[in-house]
Parts: sequence; C-alpha cells; structure tokens
Amino acid sequence: MSPGRLLNDALAQRLVFNLRLPRILTAVLLGMSLSAAGAVLQMIFGNPLVEPGFLGVSQGAAFGAAFSIITFSGMTWLVQPVAALFAFVGLGLSYLVARHVRFGGWLLRLILAGIAVSALFSAGLGILKYVADPLSQLPEITFWMLGGLWTLNWPKFLSIVPAVLLGLSVIWLMRWRLNLLSLNDQTAFSLGTAPARERLILLTMAVLVTAAVVSVAGIVSWVGLIIPHIVRRVFGADARELIPASMLIGAMFTLVCDTLARTIFPGEVPLGILTSLIGASVFLYLMHAGKRP
Amino acid sequence: MNEINKPNETVKESVIQFEAVTFGYAGSKGLVLDGMSLDVLKGSLTAILGPNGAGKTTLLQLILGWLRPRSGMIKLNNKPLADYSRRAMGQAMSLVPQSEHISFDFEVVDYVLLGRAPYLAPLDQPTAQDEAIAMETLEMVGISQLASRPVTALSGGERQLVLLARALAQQPKLLLLDEPTSHLDLGNKARLISILRQLNRQGVSVIFTTHEPEVASQLADQMILMRDGKVMGAGSAGDVFEGKTLSELYGVPVTVAEVEGRRVAIWG
Repeated sequence: MSPGRLLNDALAQRLVFNLRLPRILTAVLLGMSLSAAGAVLQMIFGNPLVEPGFLGVSQGAAFGAAFSIITFSGMTWLVQPVAALFAFVGLGLSYLVARHVRFGGWLLRLILAGIAVSALFSAGLGILKYVADPLSQLPEITFWMLGGLWTLNWPKFLSIVPAVLLGLSVIWLMRWRLNLLSLNDQTAFSLGTAPARERLILLTMAVLVTAAVVSVAGIVSWVGLIIPHIVRRVFGADARELIPASMLIGAMFTLVCDTLARTIFPGEVPLGILTSLIGASVFLYLMHAGKRP
Repeated sequence: MNEINKPNETVKESVIQFEAVTFGYAGSKGLVLDGMSLDVLKGSLTAILGPNGAGKTTLLQLILGWLRPRSGMIKLNNKPLADYSRRAMGQAMSLVPQSEHISFDFEVVDYVLLGRAPYLAPLDQPTAQDEAIAMETLEMVGISQLASRPVTALSGGERQLVLLARALAQQPKLLLLDEPTSHLDLGNKARLISILRQLNRQGVSVIFTTHEPEVASQLADQMILMRDGKVMGAGSAGDVFEGKTLSELYGVPVTVAEVEGRRVAIWG
C-alpha cells in the first residue's frame, strides 16, 4: 500500500488508524515492558538468567486472564486486574517455594521454584481449556498461551497505558538504584539503601508492566531474557544505559517480530512462537559465543 | 566495662559505644555476644583481633546496623544507631567487605560510583561531581588505571582495593573493614596500610577485623581482643599486644618480640 492512499482512501485510513496503529503501539509497549521487566528482575535477583516467564509471572497472568474469561464471562474489564493479581500470586508463590526448598543456592532455588509454579499455572490453564466454551472462550484462551496482537484495538491499547506508563516511569527513574540492588543485601545496606523496600518497589513495577502487557498480548516469551542480554553485550552492565537501551531494542524487536508474524504466512503466526524461536536461537548463539552474560 | 581510654586521663569522644549488647542469631539459642560493652575512640585506628569464629564479623555487622542486638544499645557518635536514617548512616560509615560476589560486568569506575548512593535520593542520578569523587578515590587508592576495566576481570587483590575505593567514595567518618588484608600480597598490604594511616590522619576513624596479629600490630593504635564472643582485653596496642594475652587468645604459646622498633608475635 502506498502512503499516498491514506489521503483519499477511507478504507486505507480505517485500516491504518484503527487496526495497525493500536497494534504497532502495543507492540512497542510490549517490547519495552518485557525487556525492562526482564532487566529489573535480572538485577534485583542478581542473576542474568531470569525473566518474567521464569518466575511464574507470565503464566500466572495468563492463568488469571483465562480464569476471568471463564468465570466472569462478559466482564472484559476484569481480565486485566485479575491477570495482574495472578501475576503477583505467581511471583509470590515462586518466592515462597524457593524459600522452603532445601538444596542449592538461592538463585537455583528461585529458578526451580519459578519453573514449578509456572508449570502449575500452565496445567491450570490446560484444565480451564477443558471447561471453556469451545466456540467463544477456547480460542481466546489458546491465544493467551501463544501470545499475539491480532485482537488489538484502541480500547485494549488504552487499557494498558496507565499501568505501563507508571511502571516504566518508576523503573526509568530508579534505574541507577538497580546497580545498587544487584549487590548482596548487606553491601547494599552499607551503601545507605533499604534493599528490601527498594527491591519490593521495583519488583512490583516489573510485575505490574508484565501483567498489563500479558493481559492484552498473552504470553510472549524470551523477550525479557534475551534483550537485556544483548544490550549488556553492547552497552555494558550499568543500568543507567541498560534500562533505556533495553526499552528501545525490546520495542524494535517485538515490532519486527509482530510484523513478521503478520506477513510471513497467509495466516497469522502467534507472536509468542516467533519471539521464542528467535530469542532461544540468539540465546544459544550467545551462550556458545562464550563471553560471560 | 572495657574502656579503651582508661590509661588516657583526658576525656575523649567515642565514635562507637556498646552498652551491654547481647546478640544471637535468629533460631539459635546460643549467644554470639553476651552483654558486651566497649568504647571505640573517635580518630582511632582500632583492630578487632581474635581467632576464627570469635564473633569479629558479627561485631562489625552490629556496628554497621545490619544486625540488631537482642538487647542493649549501640551508639554511633553518641546517638543510638536506631535513630539514624538509612542515608545518614551510609554517610557516617562505610564497609569494606572481605569479598563480594559480583553478578554483572560493571566497569570499575561505575562500581566505585555506587559509594555515592547515601548522598542521592532514590530517584536521583549521580552527578558529574559524584563521578569526579569516584575518580578521585580511585586515584587515592592507586588504581585509576583500572577505571574502565570490568570488575569481574580483576584479581582478588585488585577487587579488594576497588571495594576500598567504593567505601571511600562514601566519604565516611568511620570506616569498617572486614579482614582487609586477606586477599592482598605483601605490596598491596603495605599500600593498604599506608592508605588507612593517611585517612586516619585526615580524621577518619577506622575499625578493622583481623586474625593476623602482625597486621593488627603494624596498623592499629587501639585493640579489642575477642574470643568466643567475649572481649578478652581492650586498650592501646602497647598495653594489650603482649605474649600472655595473645597466648590466651589463640590457645597456643605466643611470644612478642621487638624487631626494628616493631612488635611481632612469634608462635609455635
């Protein structure tokens, strides 16, 4: 389509302004949010191998959304808050389980607990699929598990803007603190911070933005892991650069992936499948390339 | 009460005071410190000397405020620790930990810059002035050539000097060091000792733990001898650093000899 048609073709105008634009803007917010949340989680847990999907956050949000779709069908405004609630529940459960595991270091326990909790929520989501109405609810839930932006419209985009804007602003403003919080608790304390409180604030913001974007886009994996990794290679570990660069590169990455998802086949490929494919491949390459993450 | 300033009749201010401090770790019945009282003079260079497991690091963490006593009171500059805000505490004292796990490849100068945290509100970014102070402390410690190297690529000794630089960027009035010489070779030990002396001349009080009598004797003017969570002796280095006390402290015969005007412990 040539840009000139926007001037006089009503259909082209509708297509671009009502379908494409909210979708493009959401892809940008999605990439920014997942990458920033991934960077935040990696730093406050002092582990470069963490992303929202590893800690029960994404799966919790997806389960919450499906739960809301089935239990309160018709009340679409409830989907996002319930998704957010379960995102926090997922994180909380991972944390609690990790504290009670009896072997391994803290980070190993946290990752294992996150995987287990994520699996529980995935299983729960599977059960919900059985009780869902196969015609109206099931497609919606399947969409949650694979992730995608083809249902995006202006109301959905606008519904995530407040939470995403708040979360990303706080993360942006506190980005230097992330360097401090990546140190062990006692050291962070000796530097005049209140590590537990500040970690909780940043954690809340990371989960908030993740839950918001998951509630409209479903589970889009690997973005939160791979983008901060790539950015760290190029710009270094300092969160003053890591956070802005992750937001920028993350936005570009999901936008490109979503465009591909829309165009490479006649039918749409779920976005989550593409990001996983590309993200996991790049990750394997980076691991193979040797240098420390 | 073990008062370090007993031999000295003039009244001196203390930087740290313990009043009947009791401490035990949560979930364990045993006490690590039982009713400890002590006074550390402002402007002193104080060694906490004792065998492994004596409770030296616990003592340091209590001073830092990281651990809280079960009972008793700890005062920093005559004000209870509990009355300090987090930032005020970070400006008043800083810690050089024995070692530190570093998860990310920070550049040395960015790592040292973290020492400016107590002077910045949670939403602030470090200013050019903070960056300048970070560079100055690197120069003072003598590792400015490492400024743009990744911290994780440094040797153990270089890392410890980076930790020292970060603590100095906090511009503390009281510097705490946990086994500061443990990873240092002879040259770096000498460098550390001269840096600490220089700071001390500028009015910074220094408290460090060590299990090596030589380091204590070479650097400290005051000593606190600890064993099994108890103070075995405290006072000026000249009074405390002698064979009988040290033998008791370590449970092996120790003689103190003077070599070229310096007191050294000989054992075995």
